[in-house]
Amino acid sequence: MTESLLISILVFMIISSVVALFTDELISAIIAIGALGFGGSIAYLIMGAPDLAITQIVVEVVSLVLLIRVTIGVGLRLTAGCCSKTRTAVAGAVVLLTSFVFAFSLRLFPAFGDAVMGRVQYAPSIFYIEYGLHSTGASNLVTAILLDFRAYDTLGEATVIFTAVLGGIALLRKRGRNISAGDEVSRGDTA
Amino acid sequence: MLYTLTSVLFLVGLFGLLTQRNIIKIIISVSIIESAVNLFLVLVGYRKEGLAPIITRHTSHGKIMELSVDPFPQAMVVTSIVIGLSVMALMIAIALRLYHIYGTYNIDEIKKKQEEEKT
Repeated sequence: MTESLLISILVFMIISSVVALFTDELISAIIAIGALGFGGSIAYLIMGAPDLAITQIVVEVVSLVLLIRVTIGVGLRLTAGCCSKTRTAVAGAVVLLTSFVFAFSLRLFPAFGDAVMGRVQYAPSIFYIEYGLHSTGASNLVTAILLDFRAYDTLGEATVIFTAVLGGIALLRKRGRNISAGDEVSRGDTA
Repeated sequence: MLYTLTSVLFLVGLFGLLTQRNIIKIIISVSIIESAVNLFLVLVGYRKEGLAPIITRHTSHGKIMELSVDPFPQAMVVTSIVIGLSVMALMIAIALRLYHIYGTYNIDEIKKKQEEEKT
């Protein structure tokens, strides 16, 4: 039951991603990518990951707003025509090679529904499930891992977000530093 | 079957990344690849008839040990989703900057204009 539901949602996601890549209008591509993200959110909900579903919805809405901001500035123009034949051939060859790699490596995984953590000796997940409530006091094990067992990961995540924000501000600010024509400083140093 | 479908989703994104010439389309294909990888990681930790890894008053310890979905990839994927958003925001900022300078989102046209500026 769960498996067939997940399969149908994944097929929906694949169709919407194909539509997103091969339509001519940018705005319909963005709407299709929104369908992909919300389908992923439903898939997380079915797979027993409510935290992920909530995060995915929030992130998807924000990224849709950002992408629409990019296209509205252009005035909804159509995208220019597509790719040359050699480029498509090279891309097809790369995709074929990668699919062979996937086909070989996916056989190593246990069948669906048989979690990998059960197959590994001393898997950290088993420890987290067994002692998570006792040692952190959080009844939600995902938050117990995020904010307690692996708190340094979350700190690194905050650093990455901060750096991205700094980069975005530096790229998009309207007023830069004023450089007069006779300045000794070359443009490359201050930019 | 499900693993194969996520890898198909990944390959669709890869194909788009290699063929598209529009910056917005390239950003979209990167986000397709991201969502495929995140889905795969959560699928690997799924158990048949699994419960969400949340301990309530009604779930005994033995039941959660036996039936809980793997919480570890979920925690890591939460981090990965949020980082994906910030990377996408940075890519969009770069795209907007390029549009301000060159007036187009097409990489080929940008390259042509750069060469015209040089000569």
